[in-house]
Amino acid sequence: MLAYIIRRLLYAIPILIGVNLITFMLFFIVNTPDDMARMQLGMKHVTPQAIEKWKAERGYDKPVLYNQAENGMAVITNTIFYEKSLRLFVFEFGFADDGRDIAHDIYQRMWPSLAIALPILIFGLLTNITVAMLLAFFRASYIDVAGVITLVGLMSISSLFYIISGQFLIGKLLHLVPISGYDTGLNALKFIVLPVLVALLYGIGSGGRWYRTIFLEEIGKDYVRTARAKGLSERIVLFRHVLKNAMIPILTGVVVLLPLLFMGSLILESFFGVPGLGSYVIDAIRAQDFAIVRVMVFVGSILYIIGLILTDISYTFVDPRIRLS
Amino acid sequence: MFKNIAVYPWASKLLELISRVNLAFFKPGWLLLLLMLLSACDGRPWNNPYPRGEDDLNIMYSSFSERPKHLDPAQSYSAMEYQFIGQIYEPPLQYHYLKRPYSLIPLTAEEVPRPRFYDAAGNQIADDGAIEVAFSVYDIHIKPGIKYQPHPAFAKDKQGNFLYHNLGRDKIDSLFTLADFTQSGTRELVAEDYVYQIKRLAHPRLFSPILGVMSEYIVGLAEYSKTLEKANRSLSGDGTTRYLDLNRYPLKGAEVIDRYTYRITVKGKYPQLVYWLAMPFFSPVPVEADIFYSQPGMAEKNLTFDWYPVGTGPYQLTVNDPNRKMELVRNPNFHGETYPSEGGDGDASLGLLKDAGKALPFIDRVVYSLEKENIPLWNKFLQGYYDTSGISSDSFDQAISIGSRGDIALTEDMKEKGIRLQTAVNASIYYMGFNMMDPVTGGYGERQRKLRQAISIALDYEEYISIFANGRGIAAQGAIPPGIFGYIPGQAGINTYVYNWINGRAVRKSIAEARKLLAEAGYENGVDQKTGKPLVLHFDVTAGGPDDKARMDWYRKQFQKLDIQLLVRNTDYNRFRDKMRNGNAQIFMWGWNADYPDPENFFFLLYGPNGKVKYFGENAANYDSAEFNQLFEKMKNMENSEQRLLIIEEMNEIARRDSPWIWGFHPKSFSLYHSWYYNAKRNLMANNTLKYKRIDPELRKERRAQWNQPVLWPLAILALFLLAVIVPAVMTYIRREHQAPKIRRAISP
Repeated sequence: MLAYIIRRLLYAIPILIGVNLITFMLFFIVNTPDDMARMQLGMKHVTPQAIEKWKAERGYDKPVLYNQAENGMAVITNTIFYEKSLRLFVFEFGFADDGRDIAHDIYQRMWPSLAIALPILIFGLLTNITVAMLLAFFRASYIDVAGVITLVGLMSISSLFYIISGQFLIGKLLHLVPISGYDTGLNALKFIVLPVLVALLYGIGSGGRWYRTIFLEEIGKDYVRTARAKGLSERIVLFRHVLKNAMIPILTGVVVLLPLLFMGSLILESFFGVPGLGSYVIDAIRAQDFAIVRVMVFVGSILYIIGLILTDISYTFVDPRIRLS
Repeated sequence: MFKNIAVYPWASKLLELISRVNLAFFKPGWLLLLLMLLSACDGRPWNNPYPRGEDDLNIMYSSFSERPKHLDPAQSYSAMEYQFIGQIYEPPLQYHYLKRPYSLIPLTAEEVPRPRFYDAAGNQIADDGAIEVAFSVYDIHIKPGIKYQPHPAFAKDKQGNFLYHNLGRDKIDSLFTLADFTQSGTRELVAEDYVYQIKRLAHPRLFSPILGVMSEYIVGLAEYSKTLEKANRSLSGDGTTRYLDLNRYPLKGAEVIDRYTYRITVKGKYPQLVYWLAMPFFSPVPVEADIFYSQPGMAEKNLTFDWYPVGTGPYQLTVNDPNRKMELVRNPNFHGETYPSEGGDGDASLGLLKDAGKALPFIDRVVYSLEKENIPLWNKFLQGYYDTSGISSDSFDQAISIGSRGDIALTEDMKEKGIRLQTAVNASIYYMGFNMMDPVTGGYGERQRKLRQAISIALDYEEYISIFANGRGIAAQGAIPPGIFGYIPGQAGINTYVYNWINGRAVRKSIAEARKLLAEAGYENGVDQKTGKPLVLHFDVTAGGPDDKARMDWYRKQFQKLDIQLLVRNTDYNRFRDKMRNGNAQIFMWGWNADYPDPENFFFLLYGPNGKVKYFGENAANYDSAEFNQLFEKMKNMENSEQRLLIIEEMNEIARRDSPWIWGFHPKSFSLYHSWYYNAKRNLMANNTLKYKRIDPELRKERRAQWNQPVLWPLAILALFLLAVIVPAVMTYIRREHQAPKIRRAISP
């Protein structure tokens, strides 16, 4: 297994270079270093000299990918892409374009993201599996039909509707929790309740349907019939046999998400005033802060690759037939 | 009753199932509910977002919508950032809080400085215009005894050596915020600190936005910038963190005269300098703090001027978590100031002079929470968790009712809560500009003028304000907004090319008149008489928002009144700016927010040598009229006087006739205040108004409790509903479980 993991990690290097290259190209198609300088220097009284100085100071006065003025390897190495990328691979994230330490920001912001994302994942998983199990248990009955219709209805509504309705109903009308905000330690609890509830309600539609499909597929298999033939109750059939065998598709969807929990949710964090990494990325894109965008895409890619490796490893735990080699 | 459960096997199954599945699932939820119930025992609202124990304290609660980019006074240049550093840094001058028109008064200076004038040979001359002024010299005397806030940069050991100026990387690695430094100190504010900050405007690593402007005026600043660049390059090692000792390099235009006096020398005459002296750019910066923050490793910990300002003002920044909240706390070393005893007309009757003579500041702590979206911000204001609020378009109808005569008032809901409204026309302008370099819309001939005048009439900005700004604005008659010297209200001040004065008010000229002008311009019925082709104009915009489609349709409709086809060229902001810089835009929208209350700060937007394409300036329309330029050069250096007003009127007339802009509108800001918030008066120029504000925490606590009682009955209904769904499902489950053996029995032999 160790050899497999090492091999997968080595495969990750060209992927990361590729992701970095694509990020560069996409960003610099939309923004030029001059645009970035103007955004940072403000709207008033910005002179061309100030723009040139800013670019030189930040290392954006070089060609993006290929330096025709140089010879040999310098045509590649004396470029924005090379200079900015090299440090990423040794996890030196550097400073944002407004001069702030990106690593410090990420460290500060990943905890609020995690505080929201972790309960959403855990409670979401429990709720979705419970609902799906119930529907699978009552399959082809009026409960199943009503349940599926409800789930389709829930997944058809925009997440913004849930957020605004949740804030209006629970925060504004019922006065049960703060409408938005965040705090540290145990004080964070009252701020987490509403976004978690909203996310659960929003996720139950697609999650419930997805797991129901998985369970129904499993229920039709021979081993389930055998289990029933042994005289096992439906509850035991579902929880001990079907759930266990449905773990591979569930794990595929869940384990890959685990490392990405740090990355946060873009809309939820913005509306609920949660200072997580999701809103960090949005702010950076708005401010054309390439340093942050580049780092966040890089970190996201690494976490995704880790998630995929973890998924593969987790298969070996739930299905002894699988061997990583 | 519960004893009988054992008799009913389905009931015990139900309980078992609930305990196995649902209770396990909901356990954290129950715990949370329990916690909330416990926390509610003291009658404190459940939805109070602030920590327990703060309710009775003299704290003001406000918000900010995006993280500040810069808190360094050499770099910061936005109203959002000024709400923080305006309370921390003290430039030599400030605006009188209550008096209008805006007037400058001393802050740390003994008096508002008056310039002395010199000729090119260095001889002092009178300001009578007989000899051309080569230099103006401002001597600024600051008050002795003013001290900085406590800061580790000032901390010294018993031998008088600075404790934290030579820390080394190892020690810095274990420090994360200013609170990690156990010792702090202070020192007296001296003239050298002001000179040091003026030098910082030219610092090669700071990119001060006003370096370009100030280099045109402050003697030697442009050369000084080059000297510092050279010096910065010669610093060994990592040049981004090494200390660049500005005191080694003298600046001719900013000198220390004595401990409490410094001198600024500007080229020619520049009366607007005094307004700049009321902005944070000219605040004092202690060299000790610069040395402290320049140590290698500090920037990596965000221990910089951008993160932790060091000032002499009434407040100091104690919490800087721009991802969540910022906190200002009363500066224990504040030199003291009293609430003004004079105000403008009607201020006394509004209760704005009740605190006259009392020591400032009134509020102990200010908590600013990050609030990116309007809806939660507005709802939290209504719940009493923010003390003040603006009004977004979403909540306008909820807050404001407009009478049949257009009179504006608060809705009954707002009045019931005791909320008060203040409105003020901003010192800003949003205009539609014509690119004067464009062959169709530009130019200075009669034909082009009449085309622009016709379009100016057709674009009904009164309607625009009513539809898209909820009536929050006034149609502009020229570049200068109300409240700025040179603005003339009433009939004398109207733009006679667009309006007639009828029944005591400005009435837009008719479309027939606009069509007549269009015909005279050679575009009768929107057709170019020379080519016979319809007139098609291009509107360059960055219209990405949800309301923009309606806005663009409105613009098309306005041009359609003259049978002119308007093609909207929508693009992203970067490309739009490129078009403007290269002169490829034809018609565009632009805006300007005043730096200071002087007509020069608006008319320079139409000054030829400030053109965007040729000179990279702020004149986006690239308007270049020789007669306007000449008058501008004369007007800009004058003191406010009758003579200056006459020149301004002349300039207005030229600009209105040439119509390089459709004058657009001056936006009006609406601010709401709770009943516990006192001394609120909109001051659009001052950045340091927090010290005048006062709150009544007791009244706020009472109102919050009254407005935020938790409503629990819907939860009970929800529980009943869930029960109504779960019970039949569970019963069906049990029935099925019991059926299975029967079936099995039935099919077994």
